Amino acid sequence: MRTILYLLQKEFIQVFRNKGMLPIIFIMPLVQMLILVFAATMELKMIDITVVDLDLSETSTRLTAKLESSSFFHLTRAQLSPSETDKILLKGKTDVVITFPQGFESDLKRNDQASVQILIDAINGSAAELSNAYLQTVIGSYNQKVRAEMMGVPKFTPPEQVQVIPSYWYNPELNFKFYMAPGVLVILVTIIGLFLSSLNLVREKEMGTIEQLNVTPIKKYHFIIGKMMPFLIIALLDLTFGLIVAKVAFGLPFRGNILTLYVFTSLYLFLVLSIGLFVSAISDTQQQVLFVSFFFLIIFIIMSGLFTPVESMPVWAQNLDMINPIYYLIRIIRNVVLKGSGLLDMTRELIYLSIYGLLMFSLAVWRYRKTV
Amino acid sequence: MDRINPERTPIIKVENLVKKFGSFVADDNLTFNVYPGEIFGFLGANGAGKTTAIRMICGLLEPTSGRLEVAGYDGYHEREKIKRNIGYMSQKFSLYEDLTIYENIRLFAGIYGISRKVRLEKTDEMLKKLQLEESRNKLVGGLPLGWKQKLAFSLAIFHHPKVVFLDEPSGGVDPLTRRTFWDLINEAAHQGITIFVTTHYMDEAEYCDRVAIMSEGKIVALDTPAALKAKYQADSMDGVFLKIARNKE
Repeated sequence: MRTILYLLQKEFIQVFRNKGMLPIIFIMPLVQMLILVFAATMELKMIDITVVDLDLSETSTRLTAKLESSSFFHLTRAQLSPSETDKILLKGKTDVVITFPQGFESDLKRNDQASVQILIDAINGSAAELSNAYLQTVIGSYNQKVRAEMMGVPKFTPPEQVQVIPSYWYNPELNFKFYMAPGVLVILVTIIGLFLSSLNLVREKEMGTIEQLNVTPIKKYHFIIGKMMPFLIIALLDLTFGLIVAKVAFGLPFRGNILTLYVFTSLYLFLVLSIGLFVSAISDTQQQVLFVSFFFLIIFIIMSGLFTPVESMPVWAQNLDMINPIYYLIRIIRNVVLKGSGLLDMTRELIYLSIYGLLMFSLAVWRYRKTV
Repeated sequence: MDRINPERTPIIKVENLVKKFGSFVADDNLTFNVYPGEIFGFLGANGAGKTTAIRMICGLLEPTSGRLEVAGYDGYHEREKIKRNIGYMSQKFSLYEDLTIYENIRLFAGIYGISRKVRLEKTDEMLKKLQLEESRNKLVGGLPLGWKQKLAFSLAIFHHPKVVFLDEPSGGVDPLTRRTFWDLINEAAHQGITIFVTTHYMDEAEYCDRVAIMSEGKIVALDTPAALKAKYQADSMDGVFLKIARNKE
């Protein structure tokens, strides 16, 4: 036990003696929180719409004005031929082109129906779908109004229609930042903890200092704990710092128990650092460690539900998330922070993370060889 | 020579020790004993298999086959017990350069379970001997190579091991510094620590009680320097080495 204390003392002295370390520990979380949370938003705002009005009637002008008044759209009017329309979409100068054909109003009056052409740049499929949905809503409500006026019936919708009034729980304003911030916190502690510890171990191999430890009667698990604890503590420090930034910068609500959050994050870090130390135990150079860690990190992040809902992934991919530590912690932190879930609400996750962590820790200790 | 008693049981027993890397045989059937209190030298050109042998005996490298016993413990199954009883100084300086002299001492003394009181006493004594009292809180990385080597040696015997293994301990320093380094080695030997040293400096072989000369993974001669010189009719170890090399051709 005393040995571990001497090892921890050594690691902490080395970490804080390294001048490049403090900026990594404090600037990185700040930048990541601010940039990622503000930038990585899935809400669609300011969709570029080009309206080609070949009819120039009262109906088409009023619909155009209605679109213009929405905060979702940035609208330009232009008189373009069909080939010019193709060109501006191709060049990416606009996201959507709406064309009112000649005779739009007269068709509507005569035949009780008229067509509008909507072309959407669908390279980003989900963004295209969202644009379409927004447009349908705006045009749909205009549609009702215009028909009501033309037929002279009361403006209001017929009483027999069913109205849906959604009630959004846990994040009533649908604030995307509240959804992103917990995820970014997870990425933050993962990168700091994982890379600092695994690179540190393999660096001792590169420098040759590990030999001097390997000829001592040091116990293997003492050594691994000595390599893990300092970086686990630094990562928790970064979690605290990140939470403060999230609170100050965008008022992240905090409904759960902060202790719950630290218990889960510590268990998670125990698991993730064990994986990292396992990788460095089987590697000889920092380069190898970086490549292997990046490989897994990218798969784990993309499949974690940080950007896209896990529920929309294919079932096999959802099953694969069983072994994805990031998936667990993002879900756990969102639950604790936004729903106020406690330890008892997540006993399954608690047991699972503990067993998984012990398994990976044993693997790291087993694979670290004092004799090669 | 009074510190050596050949009647005693060997502290290192090596029998038919082999290390292969793929098809390359780095050490080929090494057999020798080292007795308590001895300064035992492993002499040979670069690539002769000295470092591989020392790393196997220290438990850093898994032997391919053969028997190995250090301080009465089996070299395969009781490595951790062996490690309690040995010190090691590698060819490449491997103390922490970003720690101070005292922080390095504190770490390794801590790992060997030396108490704080003993540590402080021994540290003062050791730094005084090395004339490094002033540098106690200086980073090790800033010391000249000769001082680094003396420090590494002193730390390797800080816990008073039964045997200390020195792999090319004085490489790259001037003859005068090497001389003072060997004074430290002799002093340790007089305190009863067995010294196992590898070198390719022939003059250093003269300081050893017995020398094993290695060539291409095999021990080609093993005796006291005086006996070797008599056998090969040379007046220095340099001459012995050259004659052995020529005989092989």
